[in-house]
Parts: sequence; C-alpha cells; structure tokens
Amino acid sequence: MHTKSLTELAHGLRSGEFSSVELTQHFLKRIKQHQDLNAYITVTEETALQNAIVADARIANGQSTALTGIPIAQKDIFCTLDIKTSCGSKILDNFIAPYNATVVEKFNLAGAVLLGKLNMDEFAMGSSNETSYYGAVKNPWNINTVPGGSSGGSGAAVAARLAACATGTDTGGSIRQPAAHCGITGLKPTYGRVSRYGMIAYASSLDQGGPMARSAEDVAILLQTMAGFDPKDSTSVDLSVPDYSAGLNNPLAGLKIGLPKEFFSNDLNSDMAATLETAINEYRKLGAEVKEVSMPNLRLAIPAYYVIAPAECSANLSRFDGVRFGYRCENPVDLTDLYTRSRGEGFGKEVKRRILMGTYALSTGYYDAYYVKAQKIRRLISDDFKMALTEVDVIMGPVTPTPAFGIGEKIADPIEMYLSDIYTIAINLAGLPALSIPAGFINGLPVGLQIIGNYFSEDRLLNIAHQYQQVTDWHQHTPKGFE
Amino acid sequence: MEWETVIGLEIHTQLATQSKIFSGASTAYGAEPNTQACAVDLGLPGVLPVLNEETVRLAVIFGMAIEAHIAPYSVFARKNYFYPDLPKGYQISQMDHPIVGQGHLDIEVEGVTKRIGITRAHLEEDAGKSLHESFHGLTGIDLNRAGTPLLEIVSEPDMRSAKEAVAYMRKLYELVRYLGICDGNMQEGSFRCDANVSVRPKGQSTFGTRAEIKNINSFKFVEKAINHEVERQIELIENGGKVVQETRLYDSVKDETRSMRSKEEANDYRYFPDPDLLPVLIDEAFKAQIKAHLPELPQAKKLRFKTDYQLDEESATILTTSRPLADYFEATLKASQSEPRLCANWITGDLSAALNKAGLEITDSPISDERLAGLLKRISDNTISGKIAKQVFEVLWQSPATADEIIAEQGLKQITDTGAIEAIIDKIIADNQGQVEQYRSGKDKVFAFFVGQVMKEMKGKANPAEVNKLLKNKLQG
Repeated sequence: MHTKSLTELAHGLRSGEFSSVELTQHFLKRIKQHQDLNAYITVTEETALQNAIVADARIANGQSTALTGIPIAQKDIFCTLDIKTSCGSKILDNFIAPYNATVVEKFNLAGAVLLGKLNMDEFAMGSSNETSYYGAVKNPWNINTVPGGSSGGSGAAVAARLAACATGTDTGGSIRQPAAHCGITGLKPTYGRVSRYGMIAYASSLDQGGPMARSAEDVAILLQTMAGFDPKDSTSVDLSVPDYSAGLNNPLAGLKIGLPKEFFSNDLNSDMAATLETAINEYRKLGAEVKEVSMPNLRLAIPAYYVIAPAECSANLSRFDGVRFGYRCENPVDLTDLYTRSRGEGFGKEVKRRILMGTYALSTGYYDAYYVKAQKIRRLISDDFKMALTEVDVIMGPVTPTPAFGIGEKIADPIEMYLSDIYTIAINLAGLPALSIPAGFINGLPVGLQIIGNYFSEDRLLNIAHQYQQVTDWHQHTPKGFE
Repeated sequence: MEWETVIGLEIHTQLATQSKIFSGASTAYGAEPNTQACAVDLGLPGVLPVLNEETVRLAVIFGMAIEAHIAPYSVFARKNYFYPDLPKGYQISQMDHPIVGQGHLDIEVEGVTKRIGITRAHLEEDAGKSLHESFHGLTGIDLNRAGTPLLEIVSEPDMRSAKEAVAYMRKLYELVRYLGICDGNMQEGSFRCDANVSVRPKGQSTFGTRAEIKNINSFKFVEKAINHEVERQIELIENGGKVVQETRLYDSVKDETRSMRSKEEANDYRYFPDPDLLPVLIDEAFKAQIKAHLPELPQAKKLRFKTDYQLDEESATILTTSRPLADYFEATLKASQSEPRLCANWITGDLSAALNKAGLEITDSPISDERLAGLLKRISDNTISGKIAKQVFEVLWQSPATADEIIAEQGLKQITDTGAIEAIIDKIIADNQGQVEQYRSGKDKVFAFFVGQVMKEMKGKANPAEVNKLLKNKLQG
C-alpha cells in the first residue's frame, strides 16, 4: 500500500480494496519499524486511528475528497490542537498547541489522517536537520548522510514511505533542499499562496508552507488543499485557486527554459552539472527551448538573506520568554534571570546565533548599513528574476551544490552550512514559486532539479514537472530497505 | 535669570472600538483577568495579527479634525523590548510612516488663542498589565488590555507653561470625545499623557535638555507634575547642575517626579517594518467617504452658533464642547421656536447647574430636549414669567410631566388681565400712602417696593411688564 500514489490510494479506499484504518495501521507499523531514521518527533497513533475511522465512514457515505482517509504527516512547525508542537526546540518541548494552523485545519476538513509531527531543524533554522533538539534525522538513501533541512523529517518520511505525503515549510530552501536530498518532489509556493496562520514563524516575509510528496501529481493534490486566501493571514493573497491537476498533461512544446549562467558556472561540481544537463535534455526532447539568462545579483542572495531572516527571527522569537508557555528555567531569582536562563537553556546554538545576528543588524547605527541595504538587494534580486521571466517561462537550475553530505560534516562550520542553500535562497527573497524534482543519482544519492516560475504559476510548474515524470522514473526509485 | 518653559505632550488615546486592533477579542474594560485575551493577544506561537479597519477609520477622522495630512501609505513597525506584559516581546506600532501627519489644535489661555502644532499621530497596540499585589512576591499578568487600539498623538514643543499644556490636553480630550473616537474614561486609562519638559533662559532659541515625565493621567496631575519638574530643573541649573535626558515618573502622592531611567539605560527598540502586516493604503475615495460623515467640528459649530443664533462667545463655547450638548441645544431650539439666547441661557444655566449637581451628563438629563422646549414655549408666549419658569423647571426635573401640565395643575398661568391687576394696585396704593408720597416727591427707588407688593399679592403670576406699566400710571395719578 505504501508504494501507491495519492490517486491510487484514494481509488483503493473508495473501491474498498483497503480501508483507511488498514492503511493507517500499515503506515504506523512502518513508522515503528524505521524509528531509527528519527523522522518523527511525535507519532499521533490514537488521533490517526480516530481520523481513519471517521474517514472510512465518510468514504462509505460517498462524501470523500481526494485526501479523505490518506495518512499524512505534518512538519512540527504547524500548530496542531491538543498535540505537542515543538518546532524542533527544547523551548517548546512542553507546548501543546491550543489551536490548529490553517493548513492543518484544511487537511482535517478534507478528511486526511494525521500520522504525527515530523522532525525538523530547530525553528526551521538549518540545512541538515542536525539543529533539532530531537536529534538528527537520517537520510534513508544512506543513513550516514543528512536528509537536508529544515524539513528533514518530511523528506525522510516521504522517501522511506513512512507517510503517504507530508507538509514542509521553506524560508531559504527548507522544502526543496530536503526534497532533493531525499529524492522526492517538493514545492515552495508563491509567498502568500498558502496561509502562514499557525505556522510558527522563523522569518515572516520569507516563510512559506508547501507540500512534499513523491510525484508532481501528488503535490498538485496536496497544494489544492493547502492553497487559498486566509483572512487570518494578512500576507496571504486573495486570488482564486486554480485546479492544479487539470493542466498536468498539457504538452510542453514551445516551453522556454532559462538557465542562469550564475547557476552553471565552474563552481558547480561536474557530476551535478552532468546530471542536470541530462535532465534538461529530456525537456529539449519534450519540445522545450533552452536559453541562457543572467541574474547578476544572485551572488548577493546569501548575505542579504542572512541579514533579513535573522532580523525577523530576532523579533519573532522574543515571545519565547518563559512567561506564558514553553520552557521556563528552574527557580528564577528575578525577571532578568527568568529571561536569560529560560532562553539560554531553551534555545539551541544555531537559533541563538541567528537571534544575535538579527539583533545586531537592527540595532541603532547598523540598521541602515545592514537591514535597509539587504532590503535593497532583495529588490534587485526580485528585479533580476522578473526580467529573466519576461524572456523565458521558467528558470531551471540545481537545488543543492552537492548530493546529501555526511552527518556531522558541516555542523561545526555555519558558513559552509549556509552555502548549501546557495541555489534556493534567492527564490525566497523574490517570493517566487519553485519546486524540486528527482533528476538522477550520484553515488547512490538523489539529485534534484529546481524549476522556478513566475508568481502564482504553480499550475504551470506542476505541469512541467509532471511531464518530466512521465518520461523518467527517478521519482519512483525507493531507497533500499524501504521498498 | 528669567526662565522659559518648553513643553511637548505625547497623548495615548484609547480608540473606541468593539474589538482589539489586531484580533477579534473584546476591548471591554474590567473583565476577569485574561478572559479577553485570545491566542493572538497572548502571542502564542504561529498566530498572526490582522488589522481592525475601524481603527484606521477613527485615526483618519482624528487627522481630518486637526487638519492634518493623512498618509496615503503608512506602515506598522515592531518596537522590540522585553516585558512580561508585552506578550510578543515587541509592540506593533508605527515609526517612519505614521497614519496621521502634521496638524494643529488651537487653545485659549486667559483669553489668548494659541495654535499648538501636532507633529503626528500613529496607531499602536496597548500592552497588558502587571499586577504586583496579592501574589506573594510574584507578579500576575493580565493580558485583557493587550492589543487594545491606541492613537498616540505627539505635539510639537509649542507649549510654554503648565497652563498651556493643560489647556491643550483638555482641548484634545474634548475633541476626541466630541468625535466619538475615544470614550474619555481617564480612570480606566483611556486618555494618558507623557510630558516632555525642558527649560531655557528667556530669549534663547535652542531648547534645553528635556526630561520625559511618564504616565500622568489627570489634568490636575499634568499641571502639578510639569510645575514640579520645571522647578526642579531651574533649581538644578541655578545650583550649577545640568539636566540629563531621562525618563521620570510622577508620583502624585508625594507630588514629585523621580528618575526611572537615563538615556544610556534606554532601550534600543530596533524598530523595523512588521512583515506580518501589509502597508495601510488610504485612497481619496476612503477619505471622501469619511469626510462626508465627519461631524461638524467644534470650531465650525461655534462659529455657526455665534452667527446664526447670535450667541455670545461664552455660551457658544460651552454649547459646542460636547456634541450631545450642542445637539440638545439645537433640538430644544427647534422644538420650542424660542429666542436662541433664551434657549442657550437655560441650558448653560439652570440645566447645566442641575446636571452638575447630580453628576449627570447631558445624555442622561432627566429633562429631555422636548420637555425643556415645552417650558421655553410658555416663557416665550408670556404664559409664565421667568421666575415662575424656575419653579416649573424644578418640577420638570423631578417628574415626567410636561410644562403645560405643571402650569395647569399648579395654576401658574400668568395673569395679564389688566382689570385684575388694576384692582390689586389700587388696593396697595390705598394701603401704603406714605410710600406713595415718597415716590411722588422723587424717590424713584420706592417703585420697586410697589412691584414687589403687587407680585406678592398675585403670587408671582402677574405679567411683570403689565404691572410696571399700570403701576407707573397709577402712581403718577
């Protein structure tokens, strides 16, 4: 059952081939079997089975949606009513959310089954899932390598078939990079397409939730449920949601693909370049035209991001103060002691590093030099993309500089770690949609191809990904031991 | 040396909305702690603010009333600092792009009108309250107030005395209540004032170093706190000291200000635009809509009352400080068709005195505009004299009867029948020959004695003009 696509699962449920309870039990069993991957922070076995019973009744009444009875898992950044929502941090280890995130609410309404909450880098700050308070997640393709981050649990769970599909969030690459490292399909929607309400904020102007699944077809089904205007999120966009599955089979003849020369310079490792070249050739065969484009300001993306994101996070994380919820230090002697020890003991190293960087960047005397300048760069990068997207329909490139790296390899060197998001960060700064699809292997580890489109062109991106997945089978490979 | 005082005020006005500025929770005062704080007000992980549009409307109304520039583009910013009653660790406020730009307010002190500049007014959320009593060394946090909408109104340093500061504060207070954007309940903290105070030698053009006095919540305390602070600063400088820039707290019990924190200890608030909220865009259509519904402003109304109704400055001022009072006046006037000055005198005189005594607002007046109009009608058509009218007014205050019912019931109708009055006059002249002689020998003052006697005999119901006329004739005989 765990090898089936979402469409096949929905069909199986409706035809009575298996029930949602059976399907749920099957996934729960797999989760137990593969606990050592550390993909889940919380497994909600009871909730899952209750959800499944309700779903089966709904299916029997003929009131099912495409996701009714389908076992999914949520990144532990989405608040789930009465269920621990840790955001991968010690400071929220005791936090039971008193409400549902809009995304969670939407999956509940659709009748999906919640298997549990997935591991992640603490507060989504990391590119390897190693900053999690709950420990590193192992990549099912090679348990000595990282699954990527921050949605590392989501990437690993979907790749290892420990959930039919999952949610992730992407602030600088946190959906696409783990999708690439785990050999699955992950979409970061246009900023404002998916509600951020109930999604614990890291960097509010960059954060965007999105689906992670095995194929573009599955991702389209998930996005259909996740997308849409939310009156509770002022930055969500009030624009109608298209039918994401309707155009999946549109032909690609005449598609104009742009390859930024900045993405394909000599810095890109030759194995990666060769793999991507093969993938792009498939598109040529499908009738696409390929041309080089230039985005000169891309090189400024990482420095700009590491001013803006920490600045926003320094304020977003102020609410974790030991006063109302979350971790509180023992026997505080006074208010300052309560603050410093609760936060000092509750936050991990990388989170503290980013709070400090952000606080510094916003301080009097530095604000103009850092924050204001970074915002200007952000505008330049957006303009680069806008310009390029007047010449071509989509932009393609690598997702990561290399396939998954070893656990422990980069964690001691933040700069090295930050550079692993070099191809994804600019897209968040511009607010554009982008997805990562499996495009081959290097030494047994998956490689992702990134497809970047214009604002609100998710339907087109999914169509382009789906057509590729009709002529390739990279997305159907399963890691050994998880078949 | 002669010193000049320089004062600027920052006034926090609580906007009269049903719900909070960024959440749907109620703003009602006085509920059990933390019962009116929703997930957004508590700053739970994952929650997001959504702007209450009503606050924008109220801010724009205020901006128009002070003839200010209304920003077509304004931005909410985060003001970062840690405090237990500030749930998010930042306050959502406005910094570089406030919604209301430069405007002004005219004040009057000792008969002189002065224009006070208003630098800006911006929207922000209030914090909660820390409760230090009854928690055995711990602090309780009540977040009911967290997220209550505030309009912070910042003046130019244009005031030169505590009296001017109080006049400005009062004028602003009357204006926000008049506009209906603030309930003005100062005990509940709906209108709070911080004062920036400095002194300089008279004639010097640059400002002295200022101290900010926080949290002065009554007109009386503002005057006292400023005067105290001015004295402190002058004394300090004259003794060779220097004023340091700092925040001071006014203690109304000891009547003194004391240092809270110096400039060095001040927070670096690290303002930056709040990425959770979009910029507020105000177009001409929105402004036009508000303008169309904007009430006539006190200044314009006063001018109209003076020209249209021929009221004097004082009556016009009193009647236009509050909208309900002005409405009451116009409704009474319309219903009674009486002389406007008569109507104004009754409202600013007897009615206001009675309301004051009873501690009531005009909106709670036991005498409705209609019933007062009934009284004024009978004065105007000479059914009753002014003196009798006061008697009727007393009854109106206590009973639901109309003036006509009271006049009929108590037989207060004025006697204008010349015959009846003449008969009484004749009797009085006959009984008081001595006084008649005095009058005839040129002692005009005695005339009043005769009027009094006639009125007494007729229980005040005689028409005074008629009495005068007839008496004069008879006495001259």
